[in-house]
Amino acid sequence: MARDATGTVEDAAGFEARAEGAGGLRLAFRGVLDAGAVARLWPDATRRAKGAAPLTLDLGRLASLDTAGAVLLLRLEREAGGARWQGLPVDGPARAVLERTRRALEAPAAAKAAGDGGLPWVGRLGRATVGRGDRMLDQVAFLGEALVAGAGVARRPWRLRFGEVMRHLDEAGLRAFGLTILLGFLIGLILAFQSSVSLRRFGAEYYIPNLVGISLLRELGPLMAAVVLAGRTGSAFAAELGTMRVNEEVDALRIMGIDPVAWLVLPRVLAAVLVMPVLALLMDLSGLLGMGAVMLSLGYVPAGVAGQLQYALRLWDLWGGLWKAAAFGLSIGLIGCRAGLNAGGGPRAVGDAATGAVVGGIVSIVVIDGAFAVLFYRLGW
Amino acid sequence: MTAVPAGGDAVVRVENLAARFGGRPVFERVSFEVRRGEVFVILGGSGCGKSTLLKHMIGLYPPAEGRIEILGEDIAALEGAARRALLRRIGVMWQSGALFGSSTLEGNIEVPLEEHTGLPAEARALVAKAKLGMVGLADAAGRLPAEISGGMAKRAGIARAMALDPPILFLDEPSAGLDPVTSAGLDALIKQLARDLGTTFVVVTHELQSILAIGDRCIMLDKAARGMIAEGDPRRLRDESADPVVRAFFRREAPPDRQGAAA
Repeated sequence: MARDATGTVEDAAGFEARAEGAGGLRLAFRGVLDAGAVARLWPDATRRAKGAAPLTLDLGRLASLDTAGAVLLLRLEREAGGARWQGLPVDGPARAVLERTRRALEAPAAAKAAGDGGLPWVGRLGRATVGRGDRMLDQVAFLGEALVAGAGVARRPWRLRFGEVMRHLDEAGLRAFGLTILLGFLIGLILAFQSSVSLRRFGAEYYIPNLVGISLLRELGPLMAAVVLAGRTGSAFAAELGTMRVNEEVDALRIMGIDPVAWLVLPRVLAAVLVMPVLALLMDLSGLLGMGAVMLSLGYVPAGVAGQLQYALRLWDLWGGLWKAAAFGLSIGLIGCRAGLNAGGGPRAVGDAATGAVVGGIVSIVVIDGAFAVLFYRLGW
Repeated sequence: MTAVPAGGDAVVRVENLAARFGGRPVFERVSFEVRRGEVFVILGGSGCGKSTLLKHMIGLYPPAEGRIEILGEDIAALEGAARRALLRRIGVMWQSGALFGSSTLEGNIEVPLEEHTGLPAEARALVAKAKLGMVGLADAAGRLPAEISGGMAKRAGIARAMALDPPILFLDEPSAGLDPVTSAGLDALIKQLARDLGTTFVVVTHELQSILAIGDRCIMLDKAARGMIAEGDPRRLRDESADPVVRAFFRREAPPDRQGAAA
């Protein structure tokens, strides 16, 4: 804080309030009325000005003011329903700031949206329902577009971008191998270990390979591999396509007469469908290895464990799981791409699209798994 | 508090500044002063390092060589509270607006107010409204950055830069991509703020109209010369400069062939 030669504090802003006549009030401001000073003075000043008639704002000793200061003065004027201004120079920076702020605050605010009278939630509920219905129709339309594009490529396979398919196979597949093997091994290990605790009571530890083998091949292998794919690849599809959409690259494709579904979606979905059974198989095998490790530690010989597996498992258990995995891949790929292509504007859009892809992907996996369970049961498999 | 800058009324002083990216020089030996209350324009063609110079001046990039003083303080050497105190006294409008996408325009302007002042919520809202009104966006206060046009985003960016009424405002390409009427309105606003509040403006631009309308003084950077090629009143540079590159710029002509400068 600067002090001048006489030792008085130069820039300590403040005000003096003095009653004037019946109900009148004079607020005499001094110093530099900036944001810091306004923060200090605001509650007291607005409280005093309330209902003061007439209110006199004396700015004779004011050194300067900024927008926050002008806002305070105009707020006081409004609080009292009008004010008499004193000591305000006819011309000069303080007047200019005040007038500019006054004009800015008097600018018309946005007109309120019409039609929400009475029961606003009825309108909102209706709009939300219609919006949800529209989105579901969009999903069906997207599925249709993807099918049409797929059929087009099936007729003219040379139009598929094989380079892109290979890139996505690499990113979604090869680079996920380490994670899949690690997860599979640990899941097999945990399953075997947990079931051994229960089965030991009945002397039935010998049946651990039956239990773990069937649950891995039929259910857990494909399911866990699909969760890995949804988290790693579904979100990546959504983020990549979402960014392209925000950057108007998708519109640019459309304007060039290129179908974004055929160009962007098909290679990704195809890669997801192809890579999913491989990941599931890897998950199955490493899970069985994890189980084998537990069995060895319990004192069983490898040949015994292998024999038990051979006895308990049919080839169809593996095939059923792998087909299911391909269906999971299709669903994750489509949902990820759709989330990306439907991204809105702004930086949040990409994040929202990625979240939507992962959540939608995982929900769809579970739903499809349920459908397969019913189907296999009906068919007696 | 702040030492009075030596040598008159210079609020920004750049001495022998060199900028390099990965060893590749962008410009060398750039020196100039910006005086209090003037509108100072940094101009030049695309890729000459205008925005890089601006980012050095606001302390975003450390200088490879040389020194930058803002309000008498070496911005690259400041740390902690001293740096925050200096940053509070400058405002920056980014080329794209750089508005925070997750909050409304009003919320965007309240960010610096909330961070740096103790103003009550009502006062913050009123100041934000006033700032938006000054750039003609009073009716868009509740909208999200994704819902407004590029020109509106720029104006909102200026409103946010002005939130704390800083003595120096840095504007990166304020009128690029705006229609002529909006652009002229922005120029008028800049002139008015400089006059009313004594705000100093450092403006990076290549819009000729804007340069001549608002610039009190300017420097011109050139890519081939890797540095400053002119300094002074833009109108005088237009009429009197002997440098062929400067003349070509102001006459909107193709640049003259610089012998030995092609690289």
